[in-house]
Amino acid sequence: MDDATFQLIDRAVNDQPQSTVTVLSSLLAVEDAIGYIPTEAVEAVAVRMDATVNDVWAVATFYPNFRFDPPTDLRVEVCWGPSCHVMGATAVIAAAQEALGLSDEGDTLDGKATLRYNTCLGACAHAPVMAINHHLAGRITPDSARSRIASALATAPAH
Amino acid sequence: MTAPTESPFDAILAEARRRWEDLTAGDRPWIRVGTGLAGEAAGGFEVVAAVKATLEQQQVTANVSEVGTLGLCFAEPLLDVQTPNGPRVFYGQVTPELAERIVREHVAGGNPLPENAIGYLGEPAQAPVGITNLQDHPMMALQQRIALRNAGNIDPSDLYQYIANGGYSALSKALTEMSPEDTLGEVRTSGLRGRGGAAFPAGIKWGFLAGNPDPNKYILCNCEEGDPGAFNDRGILESDPATVVEGITIAGYACNANRGYIFIRYGHNQPIDRTRAVIRQAYELGLLGQNILGTDFSFDVEVALTGDSYVSGEETALMEAIEGKRSMPRYRPPFPAQVGVFGKPSNINNVKTLAYVPEIVARGGQWFAGIGTPPDPDNRINGSSGTAILCLSGDITYTGLIEVPLGMTLRQVLFDMAGGVPNGKSMKLLQTGGPLGGVLSASDANLDLVLDFDVFRAAGAILGSGGIIVADEDTCVVDLTRNLIAFCQYESCGKCFPCRMGMSHLLEVLERISNLEGTEEDLALMRNIGENMQAGSLCGHGQLGFNPVSSALRYFGHEFDAHIREKRHTGDCPDQVFSPRLTRR
Repeated sequence: MDDATFQLIDRAVNDQPQSTVTVLSSLLAVEDAIGYIPTEAVEAVAVRMDATVNDVWAVATFYPNFRFDPPTDLRVEVCWGPSCHVMGATAVIAAAQEALGLSDEGDTLDGKATLRYNTCLGACAHAPVMAINHHLAGRITPDSARSRIASALATAPAH
Repeated sequence: MTAPTESPFDAILAEARRRWEDLTAGDRPWIRVGTGLAGEAAGGFEVVAAVKATLEQQQVTANVSEVGTLGLCFAEPLLDVQTPNGPRVFYGQVTPELAERIVREHVAGGNPLPENAIGYLGEPAQAPVGITNLQDHPMMALQQRIALRNAGNIDPSDLYQYIANGGYSALSKALTEMSPEDTLGEVRTSGLRGRGGAAFPAGIKWGFLAGNPDPNKYILCNCEEGDPGAFNDRGILESDPATVVEGITIAGYACNANRGYIFIRYGHNQPIDRTRAVIRQAYELGLLGQNILGTDFSFDVEVALTGDSYVSGEETALMEAIEGKRSMPRYRPPFPAQVGVFGKPSNINNVKTLAYVPEIVARGGQWFAGIGTPPDPDNRINGSSGTAILCLSGDITYTGLIEVPLGMTLRQVLFDMAGGVPNGKSMKLLQTGGPLGGVLSASDANLDLVLDFDVFRAAGAILGSGGIIVADEDTCVVDLTRNLIAFCQYESCGKCFPCRMGMSHLLEVLERISNLEGTEEDLALMRNIGENMQAGSLCGHGQLGFNPVSSALRYFGHEFDAHIREKRHTGDCPDQVFSPRLTRR
């Protein structure tokens, strides 16, 4: 791990603005700062919270929003909750998989993009909903999903 | 220091009114754009950018605010223009191109665009030619907005706008004219029942905490809104977080508590950022912190975040999450009012429950109790006071976030207000109260159900959090049930094995039935699993986890029969489904 990343972790864990600091709040601060939870962060949180590394892993693995390897540049989330399901999310998920060359959730082979199924993105009134790098888009069709992903892939920085 | 004759609140109120006057009757127009979650999904932020760019290009000065949601989600992005002393003219489904035209022709040129407007709000005498009153729109006409009174009308991040519209007069009144006991009494009188799902009377719950002599006590506000199809908690926090911050402060006063947490899921940035913004301003104005408004009462509030976990909406699991642990439910007793978060006595209320509190204190509990349905002891109906805050989504003409008096029928909500199912299709079912609420057939009898916690319970459904997903005739009930159970399986926290394993087992069986490979024994097998989950789970997730299946069998047993006996689908079942496989690791 490079020094700059380590600094970011250190600052995220040790300079939290709110008054209640916990294992979970520390992990969320790291996720916010660098987008994933490396082993070094688990250790930093354990030191800060006077907890064991096992305690910290237990919390980190419970919440599926945490990932443990560096994030890809393009994060595609498609909602599969009942509102979106009723409005055709299944076909949107299939289109997103096809556009990314995936057959399930996860990272693409070239490490450029990630597909996640989200249980509710909160814009149910505009179902089906997807999010590209946390930016919501509603009333998605399989075609609009494909074209949104294609244009996002085209503008994502090359590896 | 202020003069002794003037309370600190009077000075704040005067400043708030001066600013509001300047916004609405000053020398420049005010443009508000809906940028709640629905607004964002529809392109609200692109509209804001187009508005700002065009204003600059036209060299026109105007105030531009990103507001939450007025609730007419189907029409987002919603943009409204208020010229000084004039009415607000609303435009729906605004594109960046239309926004540019609105700025050039209406804001700069003074000519509203009737062909694009969906209505105006203001004095009928000022009605712009060719534009109807938005209050006459079916989605607005039957509403009674208490918790949503400011939603879409004020900049949610500006505490002065909340105060100018009556905000904090309730806290000021409670602190200066009422004792904590009086304040609690008003909430008791109001009959307010908890809006998180259980519908327990809030005044009684507050009483448990108020009676505990511990000097450190907590009020927790639950916005861990994981229910798909429910967005009212987030809708309130992204549109008017100050009403919740004032509500939790009043709860703190009534219960002699000294600290509050507003609990929101990580990643829901509009609710988080806007809530934090008003908390910061409340501290600056002396409405939070030490000696609030110069009185002896001190109260601190902060936002606490959780990771993705549906079960952390359960009150004891929520306390685990605030403490930074895996959010799994605790054994009860001890109950939260004795041993809550960090071992201290605690009280948990939903966002909606607390959002009502300022108006209840300002107008009196009797006023609130007069809205809604009366008790009917013969039929085990306890009475439900106040309003229902409903989220309408799915196959319905007008989707959105509305607030209507309890006692209204589902038919009024779904047909008179929301315009029924589009495209000439018929309504098949409603999915209410989150995934655990199960399904309700759209039969005449069910559509005549009145919005009331106990009436819904008797019909086998949950009014609960207020989400209503409408499904039309094309929906396959077996497929939807599989989707609901897939959600419940994914979100099981894993603490109780009947829930952890039962949900996975139910999902396997439902997949088999969906694929036309089910057998006669599968129905009995599912009932057996469901009984075990209900008997052997600590929290509602496992206890109610069979509801989606049992309610589907109750109303749509013939669709299961068709899959099992006749090996045929009963709607447009997709042949492939996608859902996460894992439970909690």
